[in-house]
Amino acid sequence: MNKDSHSETCLLQFRYPIFTVLALAGDDFAIVASDTRLSEGYSIHSRESPKCYKLTDTTVIGCSGFHGDCLTLTKIIDARLKMYKHANNKTMTSGAIAAMLSTILYSRRFFPYYVYNIIGGLDEEGKGAVYSFDPVGSYQRDQYKAGGSASAMLQPLLDNQIGFKNMENVQQVPLTKEKAIQLVKDVFISAAERDVYTGDALKICIVTKDGITEETIPLRKD
Amino acid sequence: MALQEVCHFYDSVPSSSEHSPVALALEGCCAEYRSAKVGHSLPVFYLPVMKSQPVCQPWKTINLSTMPSSTSSVKSFMLAEESKRPFDLSHGTTTLSFKFQGGVIAAADTRSSCAKKVECPSSQKIIPIHSHLVGTTSGTSADCTLWKRILSYKCRLYQLQNKRTLTVRGTAKLLSGALFPFKGTELCVAATLCGWDHTGPALYYVYSDGTCLEGDLFSVGSGSPYAYSILDREYHFDMSVDEAYCLARRAVYHATHRDAYSGGNVDLYHVTKEGWRKIEDRADYTSLEG
Repeated sequence: MNKDSHSETCLLQFRYPIFTVLALAGDDFAIVASDTRLSEGYSIHSRESPKCYKLTDTTVIGCSGFHGDCLTLTKIIDARLKMYKHANNKTMTSGAIAAMLSTILYSRRFFPYYVYNIIGGLDEEGKGAVYSFDPVGSYQRDQYKAGGSASAMLQPLLDNQIGFKNMENVQQVPLTKEKAIQLVKDVFISAAERDVYTGDALKICIVTKDGITEETIPLRKD
Repeated sequence: MALQEVCHFYDSVPSSSEHSPVALALEGCCAEYRSAKVGHSLPVFYLPVMKSQPVCQPWKTINLSTMPSSTSSVKSFMLAEESKRPFDLSHGTTTLSFKFQGGVIAAADTRSSCAKKVECPSSQKIIPIHSHLVGTTSGTSADCTLWKRILSYKCRLYQLQNKRTLTVRGTAKLLSGALFPFKGTELCVAATLCGWDHTGPALYYVYSDGTCLEGDLFSVGSGSPYAYSILDREYHFDMSVDEAYCLARRAVYHATHRDAYSGGNVDLYHVTKEGWRKIEDRADYTSLEG
């Protein structure tokens, strides 16, 4: 009896991923975008709660999943970044942050942070990089990734438009920054139509060698 | 690398002369590094202990280097406090490896699935550990990646401390021993270690329940029965290199044809005396029909 109520208590702490995060990498830029709606069950807690967090001048992280774990994880990463800066007198690169996050997540292998992370940034050569994680720390460098509640709808669209998967006789043109931003906006507008947990506004963080710029675009509010 | 130069150890093809006591005695200048401690760089795991602990201390940490020697206490400790996960971790794969006269071949599909979704269609399931050893991964992908990372670091430390590369048999024993305290928990690592050492080509299968087997041919994962049916029919030790590549690709292809959780492309690695080499062209399945 006690054990059942104990595991039930644990389950109640988690909620399914209820917002959407997307990241894509180009030749010299990276984009991380998320909607700003925070919902739980049938209610909306906040319409202005963006999920992209700036880590360094060249790296942004988007966390989807249990919001409490997202906040704690970003605080832990910030602390570790500061420690690294003080010990080594340089900022961590995107690849190093990804590797560090993998070990942070794995240290909680038996009671994981319920967060699906996506890191977008520039690597040491200035090329765009996207690293996507699972909740226990397995990660992979990709060109694009969608995570969260509408990921099942967005990922196939990205596979088709950016990855040119399963298409014949198509010219594989590399993505320009303007086209990428337009694609992200279109993709989120579609997601907001069909996913109840996506909407309100879209926040886009664009990482280039000149720094990080942000844009906010309104989405459906219903 | 600095430590490598101080220890006078350089990566080279492992040969039986490296094991001669004369060779070891001649390099006597790094005595202080021989007894270097491994230290606390092994991961520290946090386990939830919520029932009887006060609220301000909800965690117990277990340090791998100070693990209790009896596993039953660790297991009961972990089982009692494991919380239910509301999500699934990545599973489902086909990996295979076999020895033949030209070395060791390791092949795997590239689909990484999580519950019913394909999380990643081009994941890497064969991970190099050092210049003459690759490991295939099956089971939970996070467990496999992190434990392979731990294994690479342990192998490297052994190299620097003992001035010779660990044999594949020793590496398998090391991995098996490192995973043994977690027997009975939800950790799932099913790896084959494919390498070349002073005994020639070597192949070992390590599973997180403690299995550590030597063999000529292994296939691991949800698609392994289908791969075995192809391999058992056509495998023989005296194959040529091209035949071996073709067999490995075909076995993975047939497994992905029938197993829903395997798919994507085929990754192929070939380990020889000179080291491991990735066979670059990721085969598209339409070209493997027939």
